[in-house]
Amino acid sequence: MKNASLVMAWRNLWRRGRRTWLTVGAMVFSNILLVFSMSLQFGSYEMMIDNSLQAYSGHLQLQHPRYLDEPRMRFALADIADTAGLLRERLGLDSISARAVGFALASSDERSFGLQIVGVDAAHEPLVSTLPGLVRQGRYLQPGGDGEIVIGAALARNLKVEPGDELTFLGSGYDDSFAAGVVRVAGIFSSGVNEIDRGMAQVNLAYFQQTFAMQGRGHAIVVRAPHIEQVESLAANIDALGIVDGDSVALRDWDQLQPGLRQAIQADMTSAWFMYLVLIVLVAFSVLNTQLMSVLERTREFGTMLALGLKPSRLARLVMQETALMTGLGFGLGIAGGFLLTLYLSQVGFSYPGMAEMAERFYLPDRMYPALSPLSLTLGPAVVSLGSLLASIYPATRLYRLTPVAAMRAV
Amino acid sequence: MRLGPRQLSIVLTLSWRNLWRNRRRTGIMLGAISVGVWAMIFMTALMRGMVDDMLVQGIRSLPGHIQIQHPDYLDDPSVVNSIDEPRGALLAALQGGGAQRWAARIRVPAVIASERESRGVELIGVQPAFEQEISGIPGKTGEGRFLESSDDGGLVIGARLAQRLETRLGKRVVIMSQDPDNNISERGYRVVGIYRAEIAALEESRVYAGLEEVQQLLGIDGRVSQIIVYGEDYRDVDSRYRSLAEALPGGLDIRPWYRIDTYLAAMFEMMDGFVLVWVIIIFLALSFGLVNTLVMAIFERVREIGLTQALGMRPSQIVLQILLESLLLLLIGLAVGNGLAIATIKPLESGLDVSIVAEGMAMMGAGSVLYPSLTLHDLLLANGVVILLGILTSILPAWRAAHLDPIRALNMH
Repeated sequence: MKNASLVMAWRNLWRRGRRTWLTVGAMVFSNILLVFSMSLQFGSYEMMIDNSLQAYSGHLQLQHPRYLDEPRMRFALADIADTAGLLRERLGLDSISARAVGFALASSDERSFGLQIVGVDAAHEPLVSTLPGLVRQGRYLQPGGDGEIVIGAALARNLKVEPGDELTFLGSGYDDSFAAGVVRVAGIFSSGVNEIDRGMAQVNLAYFQQTFAMQGRGHAIVVRAPHIEQVESLAANIDALGIVDGDSVALRDWDQLQPGLRQAIQADMTSAWFMYLVLIVLVAFSVLNTQLMSVLERTREFGTMLALGLKPSRLARLVMQETALMTGLGFGLGIAGGFLLTLYLSQVGFSYPGMAEMAERFYLPDRMYPALSPLSLTLGPAVVSLGSLLASIYPATRLYRLTPVAAMRAV
Repeated sequence: MRLGPRQLSIVLTLSWRNLWRNRRRTGIMLGAISVGVWAMIFMTALMRGMVDDMLVQGIRSLPGHIQIQHPDYLDDPSVVNSIDEPRGALLAALQGGGAQRWAARIRVPAVIASERESRGVELIGVQPAFEQEISGIPGKTGEGRFLESSDDGGLVIGARLAQRLETRLGKRVVIMSQDPDNNISERGYRVVGIYRAEIAALEESRVYAGLEEVQQLLGIDGRVSQIIVYGEDYRDVDSRYRSLAEALPGGLDIRPWYRIDTYLAAMFEMMDGFVLVWVIIIFLALSFGLVNTLVMAIFERVREIGLTQALGMRPSQIVLQILLESLLLLLIGLAVGNGLAIATIKPLESGLDVSIVAEGMAMMGAGSVLYPSLTLHDLLLANGVVILLGILTSILPAWRAAHLDPIRALNMH
């Protein structure tokens, strides 16, 4: 019996084949568009988060509670190298590295520039940050290599130095004493991010601590999770170790470290959803129109069926089944089309004029490769289908108002 | 038979009446068109407003519509790459043109130190009278005063920098920078003013002092880093650019804003593309419903069309009648959609607060208040696309209706 009504719904659809196809066409068009743009969106958000966090800040950091808002030298953690070692051991995770951060005026023979100077653990830094891998000339710091420095490409150009040249730097240390040193340029990195290439230098942590009178202190223990989804459980594990007490040590997650990132995504998400919603509403209008017309033109037929003893609820179910079949068709074809289009573009990639400049700002490559996922493939079409089903409720409820005699006489 | 005004008015009446034969269907289609057109215009105005804001902020922080500097200065903003203050033909070209504004200034990297902290900043030597117009600093909010003259001995810093340095109004700070011979010049200054900027990161990096004061500090009398020129409108800087380029002495580099900041230029150019793509996508989503409505309207009237054909109505008149029906539908939908869009945008023009995502907006280069901007160009584009493509998609159903075989059509039911 149930099958019979499905068969009837299916045949009803093809009584006006062109209209059905046009309605399904609207769904397929929107579904393909939604699959493609959601794949693009989710893929680029993930890449944006990964690339910008891996560049430098990591997923989690342990800092002095006041350091986040006021990054000053004196808001430091004690015995930072030991604490980082303890964390590595307890968590069984190598990608944990300690840093200390200071500010200095660096001078070559010809030029002087102010720069941020970061003391890093040369053995573990490459595991938390992509910067060490971006050394284009010379090499990265080596563990124990005191008196070495790596600097950004733009800074090197401006200071007119190459690997092997000497720099002197002058800053103030933890105890407000003068911190001065002579270092040799070991390598030059090029990250593509202007502020980093223009204003950052790294030296070994032990050398930094000695020169800036840190007495074993540092400013951040950077943790990079193997995958972004593990950040929460990692944070819970760190909490369980009892190192984070809130008075002298605080745990910061990437959202706090780079608040702009999530907010940029949020802003983008909001405008994207506005666009998606408009598309979905337009499809719903299309379905509403089709189903209402199809109910109205069958008034006599429905009247006869009511006279034969069918309940209005059966007829309403028939109309909903028709919509469901149409929606199913749109869903299937839309996903298939969206899948093929997105799959093709995820292989060859695509770009549009001006994208390279945009991409650089958000840590994205200058060619985009949308990433298919079960979510990006089904979320859009599912919402479109839901909207379509909701839109056909009104035509279906009209059937409850029919009286057999009047309906059978309708034109 | 030529189509005279009388025939046209008959056809128009027919189209209009036909449109309202099925009120529900027409009503639903009008709803769809109105929502689509509203979305086109509303979204475009929001995006346009955001990009305008990004461009205005971006150009302000460059700053200038056009910059003149040493060819190496942009990559290497050192005191070594400074240029002479404008004179002769260049000065005449800068001063010509009436209301257009310009200023020369120094901008070099420097270190600022309080008793507590030190930071790397950009030291900017300015002619105070012009600075409000050039960079929007001094803004409306802030403490103390802005610089009063080019040889003012005071220093104006951003609120965030003051916080970082743990200093405040009236305190002394030390500025260190490199002179052309790579000696470090340093001098103490009193903080006479604290400013606030639209984009917070700038507050931390830019420090203002008098132009002559900075020239003395660096030992570069009569030299500057850049000449900043503003024209009437950032969209139209090319004529000003060309006239300045002709007067430019050799060995200097002149650039319009879109060749200094390629991100801004890309945003500016992409915006028009974005608007067009958005309008077309919405139209395509609408077009299925539009064609559907026409096909249904024609299907219901097949016998009637057959009859009018049998009575001698020409196919071209039938096409015209159906196209007019579609045009009327589009025009009413557009009127409602435009009305809705204007009614929703107007109340937002005083600014839409998006400060919950302020830092995200800053990452994109925009401020935390969004001012939708409804331009005539975008309005015409949306309406033009809907009418033009709407008529185009109606042609096929109309043509098919006009070429029905009258005998068969009459016998259909």
